[in-house]
Amino acid sequence: MHLNDVEQAMLAGDMGPVRKLAIAHQIKVGEFFGAKDFVPVSQAHVMADTESLGDAGVAWLEMLASHSPAERRVRIPTITDPRGTDFAHAETLKQAAWMLTLEKRTIDAFVKLGVLLTDTCINYQTVQAPTRGEHVAFGDTGVVIYSNSVCGALSNFEGGPSALSAGLTGRTPSYGYHLDTHRQATLRVRVEWTPERLDEWGALGGVIGRLAGHYWAVPAIEGIETAPSSDALKHFGAAMASFGSVALFHIVGVTPEAPRLRDVVSESARLPELRVGSSDVDALRSSYRVDDAIDIVVFSGPQLSLLELSMLADLCDGRRFVVPLLAVTSPQIKPDADRMGLTSRIENAGGTVLAGMCFYQSYAREIAEANGWKRLVTNSAKMVNILGGYGYQPMLASMEACVDAACSGRLA
Amino acid sequence: MSDGSQLDERREFVARHAMGPRVSGVALVAKDGFSARYDLDRINGVFSRPSHKLAGQSYRDRILVLDAAKGGVATAWMLHEMKARGMAPLALVFNAANPIMAQGMALADLTMLAGFDRDITSAIASGARVELIPECALLRVIG
Repeated sequence: MHLNDVEQAMLAGDMGPVRKLAIAHQIKVGEFFGAKDFVPVSQAHVMADTESLGDAGVAWLEMLASHSPAERRVRIPTITDPRGTDFAHAETLKQAAWMLTLEKRTIDAFVKLGVLLTDTCINYQTVQAPTRGEHVAFGDTGVVIYSNSVCGALSNFEGGPSALSAGLTGRTPSYGYHLDTHRQATLRVRVEWTPERLDEWGALGGVIGRLAGHYWAVPAIEGIETAPSSDALKHFGAAMASFGSVALFHIVGVTPEAPRLRDVVSESARLPELRVGSSDVDALRSSYRVDDAIDIVVFSGPQLSLLELSMLADLCDGRRFVVPLLAVTSPQIKPDADRMGLTSRIENAGGTVLAGMCFYQSYAREIAEANGWKRLVTNSAKMVNILGGYGYQPMLASMEACVDAACSGRLA
Repeated sequence: MSDGSQLDERREFVARHAMGPRVSGVALVAKDGFSARYDLDRINGVFSRPSHKLAGQSYRDRILVLDAAKGGVATAWMLHEMKARGMAPLALVFNAANPIMAQGMALADLTMLAGFDRDITSAIASGARVELIPECALLRVIG
């Protein structure tokens, strides 16, 4: 890779051992993908729950944080993805003390590194959305696909070590979705049915993600007959990224880089053309339907917006749950939900509103075993894709059906 | 898992992307994706997603030959954590890698090859001994 004077100084250790380690890591990744140079980034978003980090990852962060403040502090605004717990509800989740100790060690390290503990996977709704053409280094696949596709920003999937490295160096290797050449569509998808509910948007995203199949696939989607809401595209993108590792999609006439099909598909391109209808979405949903009885209802992955919490609160009024119902939101939204009475309306029905964590990033296997949770129902297609590997039998349903199931213990 | 019916007669395959130290070991092959978060029981070192073609099989110290790296940024940390506990695969080989896998393998200093001129999961038999030579971006079948 070509390095400018600042980058050469970092690599030589002239700006301290932490930045040297960070840029050496970035060069290794950049050279793997054939990056020619670096591109400056304006923000970094670090995914670092302690189930993923383990003791080894926490120790690595503490090693970075042990250096002097001048050497260790990030150079650009650097924020965090959800933590692995909500300390106020760790006992309810039956998380073990060692999990909380790891979380506290991680938080201490991030504070020393100058990282802002936003603890959110919906920073584009709650902190600061990137703008079109803005180069960023974001973690959480749902954050990246939304930022690339809906905002028109430029980011690759940046795992925790690389996003933190970007925060420390202020740049990232220029490959993948930082390059215009990779942002053109690689397949066309004609949608013959426009979803209405959030679970339907998520399921459609999952179907398209499976069809796309890998990180370098960019679907150009035609046939959407509405202007989807931010929450709809949140579920749509998060599921597409989860099922297919997809980092960028275009909806013709909706997303900023595709006002017309020809803006993302050249006239000479002969792309695969696929059709997706409601039967494909039904098939995906029914493939997860294994039982009528349920053990738990979870709304998470991505964290809920204020509008989603409001919808949920409306459904909870006058109800009484017989199985646990967990609703997970960001630390930025929780105070508003408290102030507006949404939290109390959900909790009066027997639910729990958690903040700053994500269900599947919070020792999902261990809390399932501790609580006897196996049959889980959610309106998040991303969650049903993930939780099977953790020993759950996840099922996908509408928010309304999820709340009904929480009241009866059965999914209708 | 490859049934050997379409195995390539060639013994060497050149990748477009490579990193990590030279290694050799036993290949575990499937035409399926890979994510440390979605697919693995990392405590016991086995594939745990019921629908995965390698469900129930141990990945520890195997050279995994798979189709595509899948979503989930957690893998970038998890590979490092798995290696620290001696519970990591020996190396990863993909038709299509993604940045997360490269970032995780870089942090863990593990070996990865990706991008071939044919479907690598149908070219290598599960159980074959293979050698990965990243400095030459080369996968060699040795037994």
